[in-house]
Amino acid sequence: MADRIQLEIITPERRVLSEAVDAVTVPGLNGELGILPGHTPLISQLRTGVLSYTQGGTARRLHVSGGFVEVSEDRVSVLADIAEQPDEIDVASARQERERAERELGASANGIEFEAAQERLERSQVRLQLAAESPSAAPR
Amino acid sequence: MANLLDIRRRIKSVKNTQQITKAMKMVSAAKLKRAQDRVVAARPFANKMTEVLTELAAREREDFHHPLLDSRGDERYLVILVTADKGLCGAFNTNIIKAAQVFLRQHEGKQLEMLVAGRKGRDFFRRRNMTISGEYIGLTGSGRVEYEEAVNVAHAVIKRFSEDKELDKVFIIYNEFKSVIQQRVVVEQLLPVARVEENADSAAPGREGAQGVQPLTLVDYIYEQSPEDIFSRLLPRFVETQIYRALLESIASEQGARMTAMDAASKNAGELINTLTLNMNRIRQARITTEIIEIVSGSAAAAR
Repeated sequence: MADRIQLEIITPERRVLSEAVDAVTVPGLNGELGILPGHTPLISQLRTGVLSYTQGGTARRLHVSGGFVEVSEDRVSVLADIAEQPDEIDVASARQERERAERELGASANGIEFEAAQERLERSQVRLQLAAESPSAAPR
Repeated sequence: MANLLDIRRRIKSVKNTQQITKAMKMVSAAKLKRAQDRVVAARPFANKMTEVLTELAAREREDFHHPLLDSRGDERYLVILVTADKGLCGAFNTNIIKAAQVFLRQHEGKQLEMLVAGRKGRDFFRRRNMTISGEYIGLTGSGRVEYEEAVNVAHAVIKRFSEDKELDKVFIIYNEFKSVIQQRVVVEQLLPVARVEENADSAAPGREGAQGVQPLTLVDYIYEQSPEDIFSRLLPRFVETQIYRALLESIASEQGARMTAMDAASKNAGELINTLTLNMNRIRQARITTEIIEIVSGSAAAAR
């Protein structure tokens, strides 16, 4: 059994990350999933949230949204709709997005639009939160 | 001898054309590079997707039903045709349209309708009174396509397929990018998603364009959600990635085809310029020779 796991984060458009890490925590649909080397094969859907992993003592965080995760043989494949490093997040547009989503949430009471707006709101909140706490994104 | 001027004019115009074709070649080369990168970047996701889906399908088999999975009759087809918006790319559009026509002829007895991405395909089939139930223009034209745009197309198709129970099959016809000088027309059945058989070699008939999927090894997964739930979430996404890939492949092929076509055009223009210049020089020389003869014979006559 290896003492590290290969973490791969892939979106339909690109491979965001592919690295050997010590531990991963992914936002599963039914709650956070902590994955250490030697984890049992597992498949779960993801929700919008923060994926974090530690590598040599340092913890890193990413924003992921939608998709699913597959764990097999010391390999974690995250197939997300969206995956962003904190320094890739556009704070201004995330803020705009949040405002718009809030407005739409107020306007439409239910239905598909409501869900879509809610999802966008969640996404923008995660983005802003990540961007705020990440030192690399701060100077911008 | 007056046509010396004409030839000069002609050379100038050919040179202009050559400059244009050269520029177009450069632009295509740049766009091709980008399109190629995107095709490559999209591959891991699509492959992994297929892998997991195969995995799930092998587990679920017959007892699981989903509207996108269950086979229906064999009467009404929807054909998604991916062409280019612009011409000047050699036989690219002709080939794909020809392939589409062959497909239509093979299924003559069926009720067929089309969904076209790309102006060229739309124009062609509109003139031939094909039922066109949807069109996407400007999708492939800019040389890049976002995943979200593919998702829009996919959602429209999925909506159509799940609402219209009369619709039996959905096919997609596109150019697959083999190399810069080679494209391959691919006809794939998109919906219902072909059930993957347990022995991988007989898997999914009609999907010869799919990339090789690693041999299947069954692992006992823990499912955080029920497999049915995951499966039904995965299926639409699978269709999305399929369409996205088709669009990307088509764009890369288009740019490759245009690059080769423009390269050939530039070469031809160069040849034409050479022959014309040779012609021009010949005429010029002939004219000088005649002039000298005239002068010589004139002075000879005067000396006598």
